[in-house]
Amino acid sequence: MRVPIFAMVALCAVPLFAAAQEDAVARSLAATCAACHGTEGRSVSKEVIPLAGLPRDFLASQMRAFKEGRRPATVMHQLAKGYTDRQIDAIAGYFAAQKK
Amino acid sequence: MDNFNRRDFLKLAGAAAASSLAGCAGSGGKARVVVIGGGFGGATAAKYIRMWDPAIDVVLIERANVFTSCPMSNLVIGGHRTIDQIRHGYEGLRRHGVHIVHDEVTAIDTGKRVVKLERGGDLTYDRLIVSPGVDFMYGEIAGYEAALDARRVVHAWKAGTQTIELRKQLEGMKDGGVYLLSIPLAPYRCPPGPYERACQVASYFKQAKPRSKVLVFDANPDVTSKGPLFKKAWAELYKGIIEYRPQAKAIAVDAGTMTVKFEFDSVRADVLNVLPPQRAGDIAMKAGLVTANQRWCGIDWMSTESLAAKNVHVIGDATLSAPLMPKSGHMANSQAKVCAAAVVALLNGQAPNPDPVMNNTCYSYVSGTEVIHVASVHQWDGGKKTLIPVQGAGGVSTARNTLESGLAWSWAQNIWADMLT
Repeated sequence: MRVPIFAMVALCAVPLFAAAQEDAVARSLAATCAACHGTEGRSVSKEVIPLAGLPRDFLASQMRAFKEGRRPATVMHQLAKGYTDRQIDAIAGYFAAQKK
Repeated sequence: MDNFNRRDFLKLAGAAAASSLAGCAGSGGKARVVVIGGGFGGATAAKYIRMWDPAIDVVLIERANVFTSCPMSNLVIGGHRTIDQIRHGYEGLRRHGVHIVHDEVTAIDTGKRVVKLERGGDLTYDRLIVSPGVDFMYGEIAGYEAALDARRVVHAWKAGTQTIELRKQLEGMKDGGVYLLSIPLAPYRCPPGPYERACQVASYFKQAKPRSKVLVFDANPDVTSKGPLFKKAWAELYKGIIEYRPQAKAIAVDAGTMTVKFEFDSVRADVLNVLPPQRAGDIAMKAGLVTANQRWCGIDWMSTESLAAKNVHVIGDATLSAPLMPKSGHMANSQAKVCAAAVVALLNGQAPNPDPVMNNTCYSYVSGTEVIHVASVHQWDGGKKTLIPVQGAGGVSTARNTLESGLAWSWAQNIWADMLT
């Protein structure tokens, strides 16, 4: 069966578009960390850890530990509570994909 | 060439800049965004638009050649940091391809989408971002402007020459002198800022002029931010130096007698630091972007787009704040990223992110080495159609501590880099 080209394009375009939107959302969520942790997670100070390139599972588990009060902190336990688990996963995925 | 003075040069440079920018409009760029104001809001928005879509031309208009940070400027007043440590250039933004024009915006035609510059001519835009910060309502305090011109009163509520002036006046004051700080009714820029300043001045007096006094007159019913933590620091670190009086609104300044008149009495002091009430920056007023109480710019918090003009976004201290959203540098930086994402989406024919998130972390130095913070996370509420602080998230330090002193300075380093490099 021949599939018209325009239909193939349309079929591809929808998931690609959705993925791009999801990337943009993750990028925006991660950008809320940058004031303290540096643009794209590359900190210019040694006082906070650079998030860029850290493994996704580590980032997500630490954020959950802050959120659930299992990891003590000065401020991160308060900030982590403001994000949903889905948002935490998106943020973790974004930083894991950044170059150190 | 002798007759070719500085003003002519600036005119020519401005014209050259504008004409080369005018040339950009039709030559390849997808669209042009003009940003007014290179502070925490505007500089961040300019950089992030370029990072997220390099096909968009971004022009940043800023009157100052150097950025001077309000956050950390109280440390300069207290003598714990120098003015050079809170100043940064705009070169880093050029590396992102942001066109920087040091000029003054005289008018905005939101119908024709044109920004008029004092020296550089007219600039057209596809989208405009207005981040002018605050200007002062001098008229609310009789005699204020004349006293300011005579350097008999300072605000130091925009960092720069006023910061240096206040420090100089404190250094020149005799031991046993009186420093008076007057705080306007909220909302004003940086809710905890005045109380941090009281600590910083008191820490300087404690070490250099121990017989001197810090008198704090607050128009508000109580300390507006981190109240218990500030009051504990005052009682434990600055007993006998800081005196705090709530519900005291300044109504006049007499430069001749160095007196501030409040509703119920008058107080004389050696250094007058009166913070006038504030509103959105002048250019937002002129452009008709002010929608609330003739003071603040109403925006759609999902996209940061103005409620008064299409294709115009307003961010930072000039906005009518969403519920419990402070007017802070961090908040402006966070707003700028929501704005940048929305502008990039809209210029690419897409809808803005329907679930924007912002956060705020604000550190205050209660001495040279001890710090307290307040933090919050703000999520979109579909029912209320605005950003709302997440219940149970955020909060303040349990107690003042030295650990957060390093973290506070680290915050400054990273946020300055996030906006400017």
